[in-house]
Amino acid sequence: MEIKTQDYQIWYTEETSTITCQGRLRLAGLEEYQPMIQFLDDILNSQPALLILDLAGLDFLNSSGINVFLKFVLKVRQQKTTQLTVLGSSKVPWQGKSLKNFQRLMPELKLEFK
Amino acid sequence: MNQVFGDFSEDLPVSQEGLTIAFSPISLPLKQRWQTNGLSADFMADYFAVFFPGNNSSVTESDTAEVKSAVSFIANELIENAMKFNDERSPYPISISLRMHSDRLVFQATNSVNPNMLDSFHNYIDQLTTLDPNELYIQLMEADESGGMVSSGLGLLTMMTDYLAKLGWKFETINTDPRIILVTTMVQLMI
Repeated sequence: MEIKTQDYQIWYTEETSTITCQGRLRLAGLEEYQPMIQFLDDILNSQPALLILDLAGLDFLNSSGINVFLKFVLKVRQQKTTQLTVLGSSKVPWQGKSLKNFQRLMPELKLEFK
Repeated sequence: MNQVFGDFSEDLPVSQEGLTIAFSPISLPLKQRWQTNGLSADFMADYFAVFFPGNNSSVTESDTAEVKSAVSFIANELIENAMKFNDERSPYPISISLRMHSDRLVFQATNSVNPNMLDSFHNYIDQLTTLDPNELYIQLMEADESGGMVSSGLGLLTMMTDYLAKLGWKFETINTDPRIILVTTMVQLMI
């Protein structure tokens, strides 16, 4: 499973239960994010016990994109069956500022910076 | 009639250093224009990064990267909002400017706003200026989860919570028939 464009790529590696998202994401509102929302929902619906969301290579994310990932975190929280780890990079400034909000929404989420 | 909300500073000293990008909302369909948002925001960020660290030797490379990233995020959100909420009946240009002061960067984005949207806009500004932004952030996301609201206000709120920016708004009625209202959003980022 993957979505690949010139600006960003997102794919799922089932063996490691890892969703990797890279590039620069600034789509216009939730409508344009719909394929990605569906992509994330499909993975969550398979009820993995562990899930790693690797955003370390995501250089830019607009607020609509932040909204998409925060909503995903809320769905994981509601589902209660998946342990979620979010991987960020200390070299990407927006991540140091904004990823902590993921954990504020879901305190049991593991947040790691590489 | 003018109305001002939040931290809208009209008496800032004149800054000689700045950039303004302006465009017509009707010359190109919004969908086609969207890709220019990122170009404009990144250009502003790259341009102002040249001024850091400047003469201040305590400013490190990573501070420069922080400023660049903040400018890129804030400028992009302001342009996206200006395009999303622009009154489509109005030919008035949309603009964003960024001016550098000794202790802060000041963004101003101007667009016309549909008079029918004013009430919900004012309500949101009221929340942003009176509630604790960190609590509001969680409240909005939780409300969103239950399908309560469409949170297009997350960009402005993120500027406050994650970038500690100060926000203000000025509404100006520039024409009464038809009623055309301009809103200028001011974002002050301390540096």
